[in-house]
Amino acid sequence: MATLDLKTISKSFGEAKVLHDIDLAIRDKEFVVFVGPSGCGKSTLLRIIAGLEEATKGQIVIDGMDVSNAHPVERGISMVFQSYALYPHLSVYENIAFPLRVARLEKDDLDRRVRRAAEILQLTDKLMLRPGQLSGGQRQRVAIGRSIVREPKIFLFDEPLSNLDAALRGDMRVELSQLHKNLDATMVYVTHDQVEAMTMADRIVVLNGGRVEQFGSPMELYHHPNNKFVAGFIGQPNMNFVPAKVKAISAKGLTVVLDAGPTMVLPVETEGVAVGDAVEVGIRPEDVAAGDTLDVEIRVLERLGGIAIAYGKLACGTNFCASLDGDTAVAEGTTIKLAVAPADAHVFDAAGRVLRRRAAPALVA
Amino acid sequence: MSAVRRRPKLLRNLNAKFAAMPMILTTLVVFVGGTIWTVVYSFTNSKLLPRLNFVGFAQYERLWNTGRWETSIHNLLLYGVFALVFTITIGFLLAVLLDQKIRFEDAFRTILLYPFALSFIVTGLVWQWLLNPNLGIQNAVRSLGWESFSFDPLYTPKIVMFGILIGGLWQGTGFIMCVMLAGLRGVDEEIWKASRVDGIPAWKTYIFVVIPMMRPVFITSLVLVASGIIKLYDLVVAMTSGGPGGSSEVPAKYVYDYMFTAQNLGQGLAASTMMLASVIIILIPWAYLEFGGRKRG
Amino acid sequence: MANASTNIAAAGPRGPKPRRAISGRNIMIYGTLGLVALYYALPLYVMIVTSLKGMPEVRLGHIFAPPVEITFQPWVKAWAQACTGLNCDGLSRGFWNSVRILIPSVVISIAVASVNGYALVNWKFKGSETFFTILIFGSFIPYQVMLYPIVILLREMGIYGTLGGLVMVHTIFGMPILTLLFRNYFTSVPEELFKAARVDGAGFWGIYFRIMLPMSMPIFVVAIILQVTGIWNDFLFGVVFTKPDLYPMTVQLNNIVNSVQGVKEYNVNMAATMITGLVPLTVYFISGKLFVRGIAAGAVKG
Repeated sequence: MATLDLKTISKSFGEAKVLHDIDLAIRDKEFVVFVGPSGCGKSTLLRIIAGLEEATKGQIVIDGMDVSNAHPVERGISMVFQSYALYPHLSVYENIAFPLRVARLEKDDLDRRVRRAAEILQLTDKLMLRPGQLSGGQRQRVAIGRSIVREPKIFLFDEPLSNLDAALRGDMRVELSQLHKNLDATMVYVTHDQVEAMTMADRIVVLNGGRVEQFGSPMELYHHPNNKFVAGFIGQPNMNFVPAKVKAISAKGLTVVLDAGPTMVLPVETEGVAVGDAVEVGIRPEDVAAGDTLDVEIRVLERLGGIAIAYGKLACGTNFCASLDGDTAVAEGTTIKLAVAPADAHVFDAAGRVLRRRAAPALVA
Repeated sequence: MSAVRRRPKLLRNLNAKFAAMPMILTTLVVFVGGTIWTVVYSFTNSKLLPRLNFVGFAQYERLWNTGRWETSIHNLLLYGVFALVFTITIGFLLAVLLDQKIRFEDAFRTILLYPFALSFIVTGLVWQWLLNPNLGIQNAVRSLGWESFSFDPLYTPKIVMFGILIGGLWQGTGFIMCVMLAGLRGVDEEIWKASRVDGIPAWKTYIFVVIPMMRPVFITSLVLVASGIIKLYDLVVAMTSGGPGGSSEVPAKYVYDYMFTAQNLGQGLAASTMMLASVIIILIPWAYLEFGGRKRG
Repeated sequence: MANASTNIAAAGPRGPKPRRAISGRNIMIYGTLGLVALYYALPLYVMIVTSLKGMPEVRLGHIFAPPVEITFQPWVKAWAQACTGLNCDGLSRGFWNSVRILIPSVVISIAVASVNGYALVNWKFKGSETFFTILIFGSFIPYQVMLYPIVILLREMGIYGTLGGLVMVHTIFGMPILTLLFRNYFTSVPEELFKAARVDGAGFWGIYFRIMLPMSMPIFVVAIILQVTGIWNDFLFGVVFTKPDLYPMTVQLNNIVNSVQGVKEYNVNMAATMITGLVPLTVYFISGKLFVRGIAAGAVKG
């Protein structure tokens, strides 16, 4: 169907620059998720792709065609909005048919396409209702229906699930992934929820402060974050960052002394750091196990059933979070001993850049 | 690589610019252009037709030396002060009464507001009839036995403006009452609960809490009533035609008469420029309160 | 403990204190309101009873008394025979003039202002806000300031004294308040709806006619009420911008009642006044709360 290339896209609102030279190449049939904290520019970028906003600089290329100056409808895109943006005065049928009516499609063709979309989205028995009579999930489906009837080259989603409650969101995630497989279309999806990004994306774009922090597959971002921001953003609960000093550099990697006391030898590339430099060791809560390296004073223990999340402090005062066995006997207020395998640890230099890990699990396809 | 061509800047959003054309023309040609034209020609000695023959402030000198203009200004001030005070006070008091969770609120409001749907001409003619000295209210009271009763404002030069005021208040208070009622309804219910808990009597709550909170509503009402007063014309025409003996003349009527019947355009334009000046004098403090205050807040 | 707290809640008063129906306070409130309502209703009553009396009965001077003998002759005369100058075909002429002025003025002024408000909200262009600000401030300029320039303008366009000229004047002077009304309404329509329609391929007019217009019916009704009463009640523009045979009803009414020649026929005058007031009164009584909403919208102007 379609590729989408963004070339040095920049956007300023007056003095404020919200996007800085964004370069992305999105492949055909790919499901790409833009994720980042609020205000990172992800929605602006999506609106620029849609043609609802004009980029200050740069080009949008869809299927080899520069559409930077084209109207939304000329770009062959469709968009699903956070508030669904259903037309309240039109029935579900007319809502879905709207883009086709505007395009003055023939009646039979229009009817066929609306009914097929309704079928795909299980809305056939709701066609004569008004949006006001539907539940949140159904409204979302109508919005999607409206976006698929026109058979666009690229689907754009602007935080489509954030108005739904948690349970429904989980269901809709699965439905959207399914839809992507069925339609075999290129999709760009904006969210602030890293769970949505991890579960649905072929590749994730992590945006922060109007810049692309990293563009890669979910597991690539998880195992090989480019920097501290991505490492902290991807993964739930968040990665712990433990301050440390470089003690020695050897063929085996980096020897660091954690401020909390223990010394670790970490198998990472050592380019760009010197002995004595301050670094941070990133440890994912789920990589922690009982051991004898780290003393953690447990403040709060959240038992989720299968696992228990322990929140505590290291000897140096840094907050530390660990994911433990659900039935762990740890009590709040006590100090426990934990350890992490050196191969699982991440190291970030003073500027937040990662030192590439030598031994990391092979990425799943 | 092919590309969709960029539209030239002026042609983008063309439909919107086309759709806004009436607004652009109205603001530029009528509001700005018309006002400038009037001000400029008020400095000429145009008679029947506008001519650019400048005579400085001569028209204004003549204006302020004309007894009729002085009467007009005096009448407008008199009418204005009383209309402002009474409309706002009565409007507020009626709104307070209607806000007492009473029954038949809709019926009362309908009755108090219907005059506002009527034109000033209709209002003026009805009151002209009611105030008819021989057959109207005066006569009705006298026939009840009070022979010396006298209430004949429309034919008594000294109080003719009050006669007009009766009609004006009847027509306009219902509207201000509705504005005030909306303002009262906008006051948080919690305020009333709090003052009841504190044991503050209702009238004190109104004076010390509610009225200060309704400041924007009062300002809006003030501007509405004031801009209505300056336009005062139809009502006078219908009730007295400026009489008796020119004792109920108002500036708007002065402007109309000089422009369209006395064929002394320059004089009419000077008078209308004075009306504009008075509006600006009212508007500037209001704009300052409204917008200047908002910026600081 | 939990038990005690529920007990307290149950014992505490809920809602307003029950009040006797006839309390001093209530007598005062209803008494005052009743008197005020009577005062406001009186002119309408007098207008109606006078118009139903014959002249001999009117001359008796019992202005508040109901008619002894009801006659519709004054209404007939006011409608079909009352004289203004040399014309003695009654108020019907003014009525139909007003209708002919009203319909195009209401339609055009609302069409222009609604598209205008829509453009101001959803299709901002450079300077659009400035024009809007001037428009709003312009609504405070006394009409007298702009009367003569408009006369010249209409004369240049060749429509001075015609129906078209007056329609244009009503469109111009209705624009500030109506544009504000529509702009405020369209601002409350979620922006994503507009964006969705754009992505769906609709353009300026497509979105206006397919989305904004059908969604905004309530505000159109409010605008219609505002304009129908406003234009019907207009006197100044009618007298300045039309010729005698095109005078709207208000102007003709004033000419009939305040003409100096002949014997005053108060019953006919009141019938004529009543007929003129009937259109806005009908609009008022039918529209009810919408009328209040319409004038409240007028109140926020500026």
